[in-house]
Amino acid sequence: MHFDTLHQQYSTGKLAMWLFLGQELLFFCGLFTAYAVYRGNHQEMFHYAHYFLDWKLGGLNTVVLLTSSLTAAWSVRCAQLEQRKGLLITLALTFLCAGAFMVVKYFEYSHKLHIGAVWGSNFGVATADLPPALLEKYPNMTGEQLQSMGMGTFFAIYFCMTGLHGIHVLVGMGLYAWLFVRALRGSFNRRYYGAVDNVALYWHIVDMIWIFLFPLLYLIG
Amino acid sequence: MAGGIVEKPASGEVIHPKVHYLNASKGLKSWLVTLDHKRIAIMYLVAVSVALLLGGFWAVLLRTELLGPRDMILSNDWYNRAFTLHGAVMVFLFIIPGIPASLGNFILPMQLGAKDLALPRVNLMSWYLYVIGLVFFLAVLFLGGLDTGWTLYPPYSSGRDIQWNLILSYSAVFILGFSSILTGLNFIATMHKLRPKGMSMYHMPLFLWALYATSLIQVLATPVVGLTLGLSLVEHMFKIGIFLPQYGGDPVMYQHFFWFYSHPAVYIMVLPAMGVQSEVIATFSRKHVFGYKAIGWSSIAIAAIGFIVWGHHMFVSGQSPTAGIIFSLLTFFVAIPSAIKVFNWVATLYKGSIDFKSPMIYALSFIYLFGIGGLTGLFLASIATNVHLHDTYFIIAHFHMVMVGSVLTAFLGGVHYWWPKMTGRMYNETLGRIAAVMVFIGFNVTFMPQFVAGTRGMPRRYANYLDEFTIFHQISTIGAYILGAAVVLQAGYLIHSLFKGKKAPPNPWGAASLEWQSTSPPDFHNFTEKPIVMGAYDFENWELVSEDAGYRLKREVVETGKSLSKVH
Repeated sequence: MHFDTLHQQYSTGKLAMWLFLGQELLFFCGLFTAYAVYRGNHQEMFHYAHYFLDWKLGGLNTVVLLTSSLTAAWSVRCAQLEQRKGLLITLALTFLCAGAFMVVKYFEYSHKLHIGAVWGSNFGVATADLPPALLEKYPNMTGEQLQSMGMGTFFAIYFCMTGLHGIHVLVGMGLYAWLFVRALRGSFNRRYYGAVDNVALYWHIVDMIWIFLFPLLYLIG
Repeated sequence: MAGGIVEKPASGEVIHPKVHYLNASKGLKSWLVTLDHKRIAIMYLVAVSVALLLGGFWAVLLRTELLGPRDMILSNDWYNRAFTLHGAVMVFLFIIPGIPASLGNFILPMQLGAKDLALPRVNLMSWYLYVIGLVFFLAVLFLGGLDTGWTLYPPYSSGRDIQWNLILSYSAVFILGFSSILTGLNFIATMHKLRPKGMSMYHMPLFLWALYATSLIQVLATPVVGLTLGLSLVEHMFKIGIFLPQYGGDPVMYQHFFWFYSHPAVYIMVLPAMGVQSEVIATFSRKHVFGYKAIGWSSIAIAAIGFIVWGHHMFVSGQSPTAGIIFSLLTFFVAIPSAIKVFNWVATLYKGSIDFKSPMIYALSFIYLFGIGGLTGLFLASIATNVHLHDTYFIIAHFHMVMVGSVLTAFLGGVHYWWPKMTGRMYNETLGRIAAVMVFIGFNVTFMPQFVAGTRGMPRRYANYLDEFTIFHQISTIGAYILGAAVVLQAGYLIHSLFKGKKAPPNPWGAASLEWQSTSPPDFHNFTEKPIVMGAYDFENWELVSEDAGYRLKREVVETGKSLSKVH
């Protein structure tokens, strides 16, 4: 043991976690920059693109993630107060919310893959498959027109951003499963709860990134 | 007796520890799963040395090819692979992790009087990530090499048909990036949380200030290159069109992202080298380092300014003239903290009692080579001359003077300086000095002609050239051979010293930072007793016993547990 006190160990772990979250922000930063550059250069493409995204599903996922952040924060409180049952419930709820998020994501992705709303030169949506709201506003729009506009670039960005975020959600699910097992074994107490605290911090940043992704991708009409 | 110093003050006789970190446990497994920062540092040292030899091998190969203006020993394709692998291996596998991960890993906790880094498991994990990166690059070698240049610019790289060597290269740099990030955050956490009572930030050795600044860059810049190469990998496999123009992407954006990391990465390389420099110069001048705060804060300033100068790599890439002018101006700013360091080192030498031991010869070469490398950087920071000199041998000579002339010199100096502490053995001082002088001569012979060839228009990355450049290339190649011979000589006497070298005393140089209060080699727990916390440059606390027994703490320091220095 190279720490003098438990508190020193706790505060060291926490500092390291904050540094890790700092690098996470910079990691996503590149994608947000790419988003800004392409949106600045191709405003119209982003405008048409938002019709492909369903704000209701995105909104649902936002609510799901916000709920999971609440339960994550709650789990830290439970760990500090040694409320074993509460801890297990909140950890499980956080895990389930993350799972629910991924299920919604799955439906969104598979629909896009199905109609061909994908990245780069692979983008090719038949005019019949275009979103009804888009056709209602622009009755003469065709799939070929969108393709020549470079819509593939939008979906490259869309899939990279949400995909990278999705990977982080999956990692978070793994971490919550691990915490749950440790909590079952009774590893945490009022003096040792650093892992619960740090994973919750990680979870909040995953949540926060989604808070930015949702309006930037879904609500840009 | 305090400070874990195993010696008898009366007779000056040194007792060498029978049990230390190297033999505390035995077997390959005890190394592979070790959490001891010292063993991890040694494993890093071995791994980065392998990378250095590998990168050096390619350098010698391509310098040999350039002995004559036509094809010599390599086909043009293999020449491209040789310079790509030379660059990629040297940058990603040697210079970036070199000093922090090997010397820093070993010395940082000891200079704090701590038992280990804050996160020992993370430390081991970073080593394994590094080794995976190394193995990937070796695999690339056997899969036909890589000829994109180390910068991997699209579309020439990711725009091709799917190739294993590209997939592996992107993954390798991504993984190496995370190894680097983990080292960085571990170092920062350690310096904040494991500093002993009585040691403020301003009492830390300047090596640690330098590592702190380095770690900041590692944590904040590396993720960007990780993302960039991750995106390139995805793009290479799925043709998504973020950077590739043929799918609607923007290749200049790749360059922005790449240099947003890779320019600060230059400071990841050079800052730890500057830290070694501050330690060595003060120790062998036997004088408190001049301008402590100026040197410390200039490290932070270099790290900060280093983040906002990346555009100077792209003056001819099609960025806007306004951006070019701003980046040019900002680039000039970096010269200020760099010069502050050089002036302070020179001022430390002034009226010092200079001892020309091998590490000191490296340190003095550093000042000379860094001076030339830094000043030629100003030519390149101004746009007009940059456009003229862009992609010529002038650039090659400039960045080799800085990255190799300074960083490799400091790495070698640091290895020699801490060798007695790390291994418990003294190397042959005469051979050490000869090798150091050879390195200095080798560098100058290699790169001075390249400055001239570059200003006369010799472009980089060409296997063949006009006859008029022959003489410059031939002199340069001779320099590279001298350098190669010096490295072989070093490897020889350093390995020899492991078996036959004299046993090292705890403090052979009379240095004052805390690691020298431990035995050589250190105990498994670093110190058997808590070291006496004192200023890192309070040399007056130590007195010479004899050439063989090195230095010991003065009796009054041991009795009072306080430094005699009045500087702090």
